[in-house]
Amino acid sequence: QFKVHIVKGVKCSNFYNKSVCYLCVQLSLSVRAAQIREELRQGVKKPYTELIDVTWGDPQGAGLKPLTFARQVLAACLYPKLLNNERLPADVRQRAEGLLHECHGGSVGSYTDLPGIPQVARQISEFISRRDGGVPSDPDHILISPGSQWALQVHEKYTAMYKFKQLYCGGGGVRSGVLTPQPSYSLSVMSVVGLGGVPVPYQLWEEQGWEVQVEELNRALEAAEGECDPVALYVINPGNPSGHVQRRKSIQDVIKFASEKRLFLLADEVYQDCIYKENIEFLSYKRVLAEMGPPFCDTVELASFHSASKGLLGEYVCGFRGGYVELVNMDPAVMKHVFTIFSKDNAPTPGQIALSVMASPPQPGDPSYPLYRTKQQMQTLIKDNVRKVHEVLNSLPGVSSHPVEGGAFAFPRIDLPPKAIQKAKDLGMEPDIFYCLRLLEDAGLFFTPGCEYGQKDGTYHVRYAKKRFHVEYKDLNTKIKQYYFSLAGFAS
Amino acid sequence: MSQQHAVNGVLPKGKVLTLETMNPNVKKVEYAVRGPIVQRAVQLEKELREGAKKPFTEVIRANIGDAHAMGQKPITFLRQVLALCAYPDLLEDNKFPEDAKQRARRILAACGGQSIGAYSASPGIECIRQDVSRYIEKRDGGIPSNPDNIYLSTGASDAIVTILKLLICGEGRGRTGVMISIPQYPLYSAALADLGAVQINYYLDEDKCWSLDVNELKRAINEARQHCNPRVLCIINPGNPTGQVQSRECIEQVIRFAKEENLFLMADEVYQDNVYADGCKFHSFKKVLFEMGPEYSSTVELASFHSTSKCYMGECGFRGGYMEVINMDPDVKTQLTKLVSVRLCPPVPGQALLDLVVNPPQPDEPSYNTFIKERTAVLAALAEKARMTEEMFNTIPGFTCNPVQGAMYTFPRISLPAKAIDKAKVKGKVPDMYYCMRLLEEEGICLVPGSGFGQRDGTYHFRMTILPPAEKLKIVLDKIKNFHIRFTEEFS
Repeated sequence: QFKVHIVKGVKCSNFYNKSVCYLCVQLSLSVRAAQIREELRQGVKKPYTELIDVTWGDPQGAGLKPLTFARQVLAACLYPKLLNNERLPADVRQRAEGLLHECHGGSVGSYTDLPGIPQVARQISEFISRRDGGVPSDPDHILISPGSQWALQVHEKYTAMYKFKQLYCGGGGVRSGVLTPQPSYSLSVMSVVGLGGVPVPYQLWEEQGWEVQVEELNRALEAAEGECDPVALYVINPGNPSGHVQRRKSIQDVIKFASEKRLFLLADEVYQDCIYKENIEFLSYKRVLAEMGPPFCDTVELASFHSASKGLLGEYVCGFRGGYVELVNMDPAVMKHVFTIFSKDNAPTPGQIALSVMASPPQPGDPSYPLYRTKQQMQTLIKDNVRKVHEVLNSLPGVSSHPVEGGAFAFPRIDLPPKAIQKAKDLGMEPDIFYCLRLLEDAGLFFTPGCEYGQKDGTYHVRYAKKRFHVEYKDLNTKIKQYYFSLAGFAS
Repeated sequence: MSQQHAVNGVLPKGKVLTLETMNPNVKKVEYAVRGPIVQRAVQLEKELREGAKKPFTEVIRANIGDAHAMGQKPITFLRQVLALCAYPDLLEDNKFPEDAKQRARRILAACGGQSIGAYSASPGIECIRQDVSRYIEKRDGGIPSNPDNIYLSTGASDAIVTILKLLICGEGRGRTGVMISIPQYPLYSAALADLGAVQINYYLDEDKCWSLDVNELKRAINEARQHCNPRVLCIINPGNPTGQVQSRECIEQVIRFAKEENLFLMADEVYQDNVYADGCKFHSFKKVLFEMGPEYSSTVELASFHSTSKCYMGECGFRGGYMEVINMDPDVKTQLTKLVSVRLCPPVPGQALLDLVVNPPQPDEPSYNTFIKERTAVLAALAEKARMTEEMFNTIPGFTCNPVQGAMYTFPRISLPAKAIDKAKVKGKVPDMYYCMRLLEEEGICLVPGSGFGQRDGTYHFRMTILPPAEKLKIVLDKIKNFHIRFTEEFS
């Protein structure tokens, strides 16, 4: 009966249609996963007792405890009577009081002015400057939005990234093109198309850990000739789903390319706090651009996006919907219009509070600092668990996974036995969809198929969220081994 | 243009993103409620803070329907539950009433990982959607409401724009036309400009207390058919900016009209609790539709919108809201479900707030008395201010003010001397914008000129909120009176 839900993986020439098809599949898998959870709850017998869902980077959804400081500040802002409650540490009450002071009428229920609560915009600009080794950041060039990933959906009008795509795409005879990485978060592609633009995919280099290659950017640009007018280059760093963290030289090369080819740079940096590999540092596009000096630092147009939803140490508050965009070298006349579009829609105040905590966490000496510090222990735990899973996966024949550098996901390649591929085709499914479906039904493991993100023809991948491994799933490694070997039944 | 390459190592001048290369639709977007006059108000507030001497000591922001900013107090019960959800440790605190704790526990149990920080299901948390549908059933005298037809959203604006996006298509003469009242809340005109739809204006009758005449709808649609394909009819009830509460007969006529002309109805009902005038009652479009019998209730396509920003709650900053879709084509509904999935989820704190609005304290619960007292006080104060405003404005020569039957605004017609109109033209301003700017500079009162909402040619209005506390409102009304007399003198 599951077949009814599956949209057949029809090979569409239009990348958008493909993405949409596969998104439908993902949703169908989600529907099936929900059904399985319900069946388990009702005591239906299965080869497993629980469903392990590693599709989303939603740590709180997986039971990870939120940052106490942030929640206390939020509670005090919501119910200001708590400002007199001595159960709450002094720094919490001080922070809440400061934020409320800047809210109209002293209430978080009011609309906020653009670009958001002034104190929060200031804290964000200070955060950016600290992160970037002192490169200045202007609070007037920061716009707060209801989440950055929000932007990547087709019909959403009010987050930063969406608006930027909106600025380019549509109007005029020739359609605007946006270079987008492959593999990539599918919603980013869909939002381009939804705006009447054309996504121009550039392949990330799998053999080199999903690096960005300038030759490939060139190839993509040339391939777009006649199809559209490329105006923007979208990069995700750390990558989603690739997990690759760009080094300085790579970022410089991309900036030079954007400058030379007259492209607006859109830098999606929401996973900047998720760095797993030792001796790697996240470098923001803004910082590298500034440090490149003139003429680049004064001319290359850049929009950088961040969010309160991600981050290893920060408050994981996906549900609060808080994000921001920083604009660099944008034409002031255009900026005015950007503000107008933002003015129709407000960033939710709870999300702005989450951003405040992210940008300005407890410091040593603050009463809340010791508790905040324990979050870092969580980071080590996740790193260890992720490394173990990675090792298990790589030990399996036919699976190759790059060392996890950063980001929230990993994207191992799976070599499927020809019989499995054939079976999938007989069912009218993409092979990796078939694989994930079987993994779900037979082993209770919920991964996302790689086709949703784009992959080279003939290769298959799965994506999993690393943060789910804050809990060590004792059976996971055994199950992956067992399942893989059962799939090997197709080989005989 | 964007394909210029560096020549001899010299980069071409000029930005990639300029007003010329920008999406032309974006240029058409205006949102008067936060437009230039508000920007000037913000500037003046800054100057006051810096100690500048002005004829006023504060800027009164009577431009935006932000109740808390104007001193309206949040409802205690709502904030208590939200604080408990934000920081569940407070569930141990005996200063919180049991009914608040019970609601918080229930909401948290429905959230992923029992945290309001987790992402929720895309159409909203399931049990909240169920609560919303029960609320609607109760409100509408038992007419069934299916939770599957309820989509939670980020304020009503989000849902409105989503539906518009689904509806707007076609090219040239086949482009979708959307009927909207004049005057209207400029979210609609901004969204239509943004989406490149054709706006079809139907005029409300100022002389008949802003009522809607079906003949005017017919006139508008017949004219529009010559240059577009009318598919949608938007109606705001109670009205914004006009405050009129449509009679039951009128609603029936609109429904009949929509059926005859094959239009999708969008009913913006965010002010449904804000009804003041004697003899006026809120009738939901859904209820009237179903009471008209199956000929209508099984065919007319309707989307109704509500929000937590208005009524007695005034919680604009939380961005809580929902829509109910009736008789939507099942395939389109699948697309709608898919699309809202892509934007992840509406802010969870806003969803929680909505749940409390549809699930308030009952007479046998500890918080009931306080809740009812606070709710009644807010609505009674608004009713009194509505009356006071109408009365006072009608004593000013040159002012004609319709009764404020509902919502939160007054939209008086003002007569401007010919010389003032000329002066405005010289200054390159629309006459009512010039008037409002003068009022801001001389009295520190920020209103929105009627041109931002639409009005009949040759008439001038402004929109003022009735939200400031009664004592302050009296002062504001006096100041406006004095200003108007002075202004008329000056240009006599």
